[in-house]
Amino acid sequence: MTGAAAMRPRVLPVGRHALLVEVAGSEEAQVFHAELLRRRAAGALPPIREIVPAARTVLLDGVGDPHALAARIAEWTVPPADAAEGEPVVLPVRYDGADLAEVAALWGVAEEEVPRLHASMSFRVAFCGFAPGFGYLTGAPEHLHVPRRATPRTAVPAGSVGLAGPYTGVYPSSSPGGWQLIGRTDVRLWDPAREPAALLAPGTRVRFEEIA
Amino acid sequence: MSSLTVVRAGALTTVQDLGRPGHAHLGVPRSGALDEPAHLLANRLVGNPGGCATLETTVNGCALRTDTAVTVAVTGAPCAVRADGRPVAWCAPVRLPAGAVLDVGPARAGLRSYVAFAGGVAVPPVLGSRSRDLLSGLGPDPLADGARLPLGAPCGPPAAADVVPWAAPPTGGLVLPLVLGPRDDWFAPQALRILAGDGFRVSSASNRIGLRTDGPALPRARTDELPSEGMVLGAVQVPPAGRPVVFLADHPTTGGYPVVGVVPAPALAAAAQAAPGTPVRFVPVRA
Repeated sequence: MTGAAAMRPRVLPVGRHALLVEVAGSEEAQVFHAELLRRRAAGALPPIREIVPAARTVLLDGVGDPHALAARIAEWTVPPADAAEGEPVVLPVRYDGADLAEVAALWGVAEEEVPRLHASMSFRVAFCGFAPGFGYLTGAPEHLHVPRRATPRTAVPAGSVGLAGPYTGVYPSSSPGGWQLIGRTDVRLWDPAREPAALLAPGTRVRFEEIA
Repeated sequence: MSSLTVVRAGALTTVQDLGRPGHAHLGVPRSGALDEPAHLLANRLVGNPGGCATLETTVNGCALRTDTAVTVAVTGAPCAVRADGRPVAWCAPVRLPAGAVLDVGPARAGLRSYVAFAGGVAVPPVLGSRSRDLLSGLGPDPLADGARLPLGAPCGPPAAADVVPWAAPPTGGLVLPLVLGPRDDWFAPQALRILAGDGFRVSSASNRIGLRTDGPALPRARTDELPSEGMVLGAVQVPPAGRPVVFLADHPTTGGYPVVGVVPAPALAAAAQAAPGTPVRFVPVRA
């Protein structure tokens, strides 16, 4: 995460109680999000109800005095990437997805190479959305990005591992979806009765492991 | 524990409280009562704290039988309220005898009535809330005929209020204040005039996720794709077809269409009561 040293966030007001902090890209957004959590844990932030990272922004919602906070953020120096390197969550996957051949063709490799390549990458949850516990995982090199399916499926089973654009994602529950499916895990990504309910939160590191 | 039985579920009746804020970073919508002031008032009338769960009806009310005597109140959309067929007061505490059927009639104006029971609807909370979230499916299922729901123990005396002043739901038209941004620069200058004009009506496709509109398309200044970003309650998102959508309680936590402005939360209660076909204008205000 090099480009982060010169981070100059752009702070946009959102309504009367929120700010949208816009940075250059996904890595910068992840670094800025980690910095926000660090400052919040240190008690250096006013109460903020929601801190929601996304593709290249972080939303701060439920802020008492957004103008004052915006002025403070503009003065921050965000250190480059000490994105805390916790132990990764390891997700065992059977790589038998319906779009495996399609992904292999897009990657320009044999079908049996897809699991080895995918399981060799280190991912991080850039942000969540779409459904409770659905993480957008970054870490795939650019030449392995793939488009969404032209026609979304009406039902994708829970645990399906899919690819779309720069992201890998795992469907936490059965839902419609347009991602290219490469496999399936039995790990429960989302369980409201569990603490924490979401296995993958923004910033979590993730690795996939092929089930032979 | 006392309970209530659903005699007539109505078009869509859900359990609602103040929602589950604080989980948006996990993709969990805030949810909660759409007309929050009406929900709070119903609770106050029966002596509940504001966080107790009420029932939110849609268009045609519902009917319920309680197995013990309980104090109830119906607020929100004005409607006929009956206890075992006899008319009782709307927007006031009513003592129901054990086994009586409370019938909440169709909304005479507005869309959503709120039914509070002393002690609250005591279904198990999910992530700290009993609200049904229609986007993600969290919380108890919408009411079905014959279903039973537990009631909590009454926790205080009912409010000693005889008459409560209450604004009527919008009938002539809905005027929503709009704080511009964060993506108003994605729209052509005439988009603001169109928003404030008289071209929009509430669409019948509206629901707890968003108030959708029919009307002219807002012209864009930029047509490239916006990467997904966090969304707030009241955000006015504009999909490619150009008709604004006002995000209500069950809105998605992130979205990829530009937000032209945000309707401040106090104005959303009226949005929650605006029936399809109601004219709607967006009037830019200062932050």
